[in-house]
Amino acid sequence: MDVKKTVLGALLIGFASIFIIPALPAMAASDNNQYQHAERLYDTYCTQCHGVNRDGNGINSTNMSVQPRDHSDPKGMGDIPNSEIAEVIKKGGLAANKSVLMPAWGDILNDEEIKELTAYLRHVCQCGSDQ
Amino acid sequence: MKRQIFIAASISLFTTATPVLAEDGDSILNSKCSGCHALTKPDDLSLDRLWERKGPDLFYAGDKFNKPWLVQWLQAPVPIRPAGEFYRKYVKPGEKSDIIDSSKLKPHPKLSQSEAEVVADTLMTLTDSSNLIEKGKFKGEKVSASMGRMFFTKLRGCAACHSDSPGKGGLSAPELYTAGSRLQPDYIYSYTKHPQKIDPAVWMPRLELSEQDLQRLTGYIVQLDAGRD
Ligand code: HEC
Ligand code: HEC
Ligand code: HEC
Repeated sequence: MDVKKTVLGALLIGFASIFIIPALPAMAASDNNQYQHAERLYDTYCTQCHGVNRDGNGINSTNMSVQPRDHSDPKGMGDIPNSEIAEVIKKGGLAANKSVLMPAWGDILNDEEIKELTAYLRHVCQCGSDQ
Repeated sequence: MKRQIFIAASISLFTTATPVLAEDGDSILNSKCSGCHALTKPDDLSLDRLWERKGPDLFYAGDKFNKPWLVQWLQAPVPIRPAGEFYRKYVKPGEKSDIIDSSKLKPHPKLSQSEAEVVADTLMTLTDSSNLIEKGKFKGEKVSASMGRMFFTKLRGCAACHSDSPGKGGLSAPELYTAGSRLQPDYIYSYTKHPQKIDPAVWMPRLELSEQDLQRLTGYIVQLDAGRD
């Protein structure tokens, strides 16, 4: 094998990546990195009621007397201020005069995670601006 | 060369010896069960591990199960978690709501009667030293079924995730209509009070419950049994 060529090749790839790689996160961030942890939390704790598609149609929803909120609905979600979203996640539906079927997660999720989830829900509904 | 033959011979000796050892609960658990179940407390009980584990943890089985139930279930296992362990990996969007992808759910391995008995014996010796379960907390008072059901469904919202009779209630958590024969009352009490103490990343929230709620709900669940509404 030609050592010189390999080294040159490696150098070229290295150089190229200096230019290409910084451009990638900027493009992918909004969908992957920024919300990765919130997405994982949502998939674990919330999809059972709110659904794989975040549309309120979770596996439990068919047997529930009050339907879980459709998080993909910009109209329904747009009316709820961030402070209420965070409050409901932390203390449960009852804290905002909503159903007890929306449980409190404050014992499992810390305040930082609740903030991440609130921002993530805004991303999902593409609505609301009072960050 | 001679050494290789010796090694080959000792390996085959071991494999032919297995069926005899298989009557021993420990060796059955280690050979047939430990691939999916933690038999000793794992160091890692994180969210990532929850996604990777293939079955519920059994390292505190002795604090959790009633032995007669174990002996019977291990010979004729029926689903406990309608959407598997853990649900998120087995559900997919359906027409009206998410549905269980049953093609992904595999039947549980079965044991013979003699195997089930020795395995149940061994499982009952697995207890966690860190007092996961509050012993003697459940007072054992009888609960009116209609009152219990009202708390379980409307007032405390357990039915969103659990079913208290077949076909009724939520699907993301273990059914509780056989919990009376399956689970020890103190385990039911302790799990309901603080699920994360037993299973740190579990997707049951810690609900705000009074001591009276805990007694009432535990009593209701203990009284539930298959086929009875
Ligand atoms: C046991 C089922 C269940 C689970 C699990 C659940 N929710 Fe809910 N959620 C509900 C129900 C039911 C409602 C509707 C309450 C109402 O309208 O009275 C709701 C409503 C909401 C709302 C709207 C509150 C409002 O003010 O209208 C938000 C936000 C929300 N859930 C976030 C979450 C998040 C985040 C998670 C996961 C950490 C989660 N939920 C897990 C059942 C659930
Ligand atoms: C391929 C993976 C796999 C293997 C191998 C396996 N199990 Fe399981 N086991 C599971 C799953 C998944 C469940 C949950 C089933 C359910 O809830 O419906 C389960 C449930 C159980 C339960 C009930 C636990 C609970 O918390 O409800 C016991 C007890 C059990 N298994 C014992 C055993 C024994 C003993 C063996 C070995 C003979 C074994 N399992 C082998 C995957 C496995
Ligand atoms: C948001 C869903 C959810 C709600 C609401 C909920 N649980 Fe659970 N529960 C779970 C999950 C998930 C598990 C355990 C999962 C596993 O081991 O696979 C569990 C486990 C249990 C167990 C232990 C069962 C076993 O076989 O190990 C008991 C007892 C229990 N819950 C009681 C209750 C009671 C009582 C309430 C109401 C006060 C309640 N749960 C509300 C999700 C829920």
